[in-house]
Amino acid sequence: MPDATGLELLAQALRDADPDCVLDTLHFRGKAQITVAPASIRATLQALKAKGFRFLCSVHGVDYYPDEPRLGVHYELLDMERVDRITVKLRVPLDAPEVDSVTHDWPTADHQEREVYDMFGVTFTGHPNPRRILMPEDYEGHPQRRDFPIGGEPILFTVNQATGTHYTE
Amino acid sequence: MSATDYDYRQVEDSITMAPLGRQVHENRHDELLTLNFGPHHPATHGVLRLLVTLEGEVVRDLQPIIGYVHTGIEKTAEDKSYWKVIPVVERMDYLAYYFNAYAYCGAVETLLEVEVPTRAQYLRVIHMELNRIMSHLVWLGTSCLDLGAISMFWYCFRERERILDLFEQSSGQRMHTRYFQVGGVMEDIPVGFAEKLRQFIAIMPERVDQYESILNKNEIVIQRLRHVCPLEAETLMELGVTGPLLRAAGVPWDLRKHDPYCSYGDFDFKVPVGDAGDNYDRFMVRIREMRQSVRIIEQALDGLPEGPWITDDRKVALPPRHELATSMEALIHHFKLVTEGFRVPPGEVYHPVESPRGELGCFVRSDGSSKPARVHMRDPSFVNLQATRPMCQDAYIADLIATLAALDPVLGGIDR
Repeated sequence: MPDATGLELLAQALRDADPDCVLDTLHFRGKAQITVAPASIRATLQALKAKGFRFLCSVHGVDYYPDEPRLGVHYELLDMERVDRITVKLRVPLDAPEVDSVTHDWPTADHQEREVYDMFGVTFTGHPNPRRILMPEDYEGHPQRRDFPIGGEPILFTVNQATGTHYTE
Repeated sequence: MSATDYDYRQVEDSITMAPLGRQVHENRHDELLTLNFGPHHPATHGVLRLLVTLEGEVVRDLQPIIGYVHTGIEKTAEDKSYWKVIPVVERMDYLAYYFNAYAYCGAVETLLEVEVPTRAQYLRVIHMELNRIMSHLVWLGTSCLDLGAISMFWYCFRERERILDLFEQSSGQRMHTRYFQVGGVMEDIPVGFAEKLRQFIAIMPERVDQYESILNKNEIVIQRLRHVCPLEAETLMELGVTGPLLRAAGVPWDLRKHDPYCSYGDFDFKVPVGDAGDNYDRFMVRIREMRQSVRIIEQALDGLPEGPWITDDRKVALPPRHELATSMEALIHHFKLVTEGFRVPPGEVYHPVESPRGELGCFVRSDGSSKPARVHMRDPSFVNLQATRPMCQDAYIADLIATLAALDPVLGGIDR
């Protein structure tokens, strides 16, 4: 893990390239976390890739309900040579949840960005296949959002559709 | 929504590969056939559905479609107190339940800054490595079944039974044991467990040798596996593939070695790697890993330190039963833990571990309450599945089955 100083140096390098990109840095429980502006996510990840963080482990979404900007996307980067990890975070508001897709630089993000879209409704601009992945194609809503109620969601069976019985009735 | 304005076929239309098929078709004279494979098919190792575009017997394109066993475990976890999440997350990747539990407990322990006693760490290592052998055995048995070798399945399940018996002895359950707790393990190993484990590690290396020779001294198996569907390390890393699949391509990346957690630094073991990255290497890497796991278990059992098996932090772990009769404070702690659960300081943590299938990372976000605000599992099967298409393109459909088996996807983990 980059230590607190290493994290600040990294953030400073990113700021030198784009003064507005780094919003916050945090060294928490021995792990480096960096919050960036949503617009600069591709540039930031490319810069970190050039610094050795070449492996993208995970992309996952978070809902910071009721805080705004509500939706968050986290990118877990790994440097296999120095065995270093860094978390890059961004937050987008609920009314415009748009983030640039990083699938061009990291094909691994394909499934994971689709999951974030499916579960939180964050749209990834430039994603080659921006569709739901786990929930049915025609599902309404994004179930991992904190204001989505647990339980009570209808269970889909197409046989009910064919016979004219609606599944919610 | 009435029956008339809902046309299921139309919805399905969006997940066909019609445009892809046309692209391929333009410069080929043969007819392309789109074949639906699964989700109810024994060779898909679960409810995986593949849309395969075939040109004769050759796979030209394929697309995995998942979500058929999505049960919303991550959502359920947000509605449970921290310690009640453990049995839920264990059911994600149903062949690696100790790893799921450990990834989650480790993340919560990091947030809580709880010190886990060394004995608990060693007990965790013993159970995780047994689990790794068990998972690889199930994989080996079912994969050989896909290649037409029925007897391997029975051999592998014979050893798997012994491991499940051990799990039953230490925790009372054969699967989804909920043995790991936040702060340690549920209970010390019972009398007789160590002896039974020693008997197991005495016979296991020989059994692994037998399995290996069944595979690599069999001409048919070698022809089915060697030079089949290789993928180079660079592509695998871009696709985020970890675990035995990456090691088979020659990258010695193992979190137990490079980023030791849970006392793995105390043990001497090797990281098996392949060189060609084909199906043969994928098989051999896992078989060699079983031997290394046996070595780790042996060392952990020999070096098992005396001491507590769970933290004595009463805010996190339940007090021992006998204290309840004598101590008012213990009674209060017990009551608070059972009714509300413990509270976790706010923060976000990503905790990666090396599961039998690769990097299993658990992300936990706490908002300071007694329930997690977000639990996410970065499941290795989910990410590794993306490698199916580059691996199987322009291979025979029979090799697609073998490669899918070598990929070792567990759909419970993929869909969560």
